[in-house]
Amino acid sequence: MYETNIYEGMLAETVTMQGAKGDTINAYYARPLGAGPFPGMVVIHHMPGWDEWYREATRKFAHHGYAAISPNLYYRTGHGTPEDVAAQVRTEGGVPDDQVVGDLDGAMKYLRSLPYINGKVGVFGSCSGGRQAFLVACLVDGFDAVVELWGGRVVMSKDELTDNFPVAPIDYTKDLSCPILGLFGEEDQSPTPEQVSQHEQELQKHNKPYEFHMYPDAGHGFFYYDRPYYRQQQAVDGWQKIFTFLEKILSTPT
Amino acid sequence: MCTMIAEQVEIDGSGKGRSGWFNLSHANVSYDHPFNAQLEHALNIDFVNEMEGLGTRVVVELSAEAARSLVETIQAVLDQAEPGGHLE
Repeated sequence: MYETNIYEGMLAETVTMQGAKGDTINAYYARPLGAGPFPGMVVIHHMPGWDEWYREATRKFAHHGYAAISPNLYYRTGHGTPEDVAAQVRTEGGVPDDQVVGDLDGAMKYLRSLPYINGKVGVFGSCSGGRQAFLVACLVDGFDAVVELWGGRVVMSKDELTDNFPVAPIDYTKDLSCPILGLFGEEDQSPTPEQVSQHEQELQKHNKPYEFHMYPDAGHGFFYYDRPYYRQQQAVDGWQKIFTFLEKILSTPT
Repeated sequence: MCTMIAEQVEIDGSGKGRSGWFNLSHANVSYDHPFNAQLEHALNIDFVNEMEGLGTRVVVELSAEAARSLVETIQAVLDQAEPGGHLE
């Protein structure tokens, strides 16, 4: 808990890291100043890109005591404004799951290589990033907690599967390696409440530790203050639930 | 991406972007989250020239209803132009 006589400082900057197939990509990195030890967080940007909201979210995690890294999953598409890059990625049909998982694995390993990490690393994502957070926590060892915000297309029909998205993430549930917190809105179309229910049932089936919250009067992206679906009360409550969940799991060093 | 519904079509014409007029090579059409329209999903059209960089584009984000209305209107205008021999 922050008190006004506590020293506070933060370093936030662009860094480079090794992603999928050894590619060098860039990332936004923020951490509290001081010797630590700090838990780590991998912060996965949403479909609209590696944008200002995600820089702010990365700094928010640092403000709360985490060394946080947000890899630019659209790096290979080229550079421009976040919107221009994301629009091109949208045209290309998104980023392949195996590449994303490789980049997120690289981000986790980047954090674990740092001398002031406490040995615990979580992963957070919203929208497509929520889906990818769940996916990487199923496919890669090394994450201790996952926060999935309204992850669309965790549940996928067979006709949605493609070379880039060959397996519905829900089908990997048995391999989930850490506790999961999920936040969703009742009015969301992707995922629908029915899909969230399927997601939850699969977690129960495999005895996975989870905590899901379905917010009334909230749709897709209710944390985004710059979008029409922003819901102040639900967003404030959601952030509190996130930090309570993470502190419980990540604050104790290994 | 949350819907992954996107198609690309080659087109001829000109668009006026942030740096002025440019030759169009493609229209990228998607139904997914818009960047600015006050909608959860929108019919998005990016008129682009892929050879001139990611920023060379003209963007519209339309409601589904507006998009259907636009399609009908374009077709109606072309149908009026064709009998008069105006189409090149």
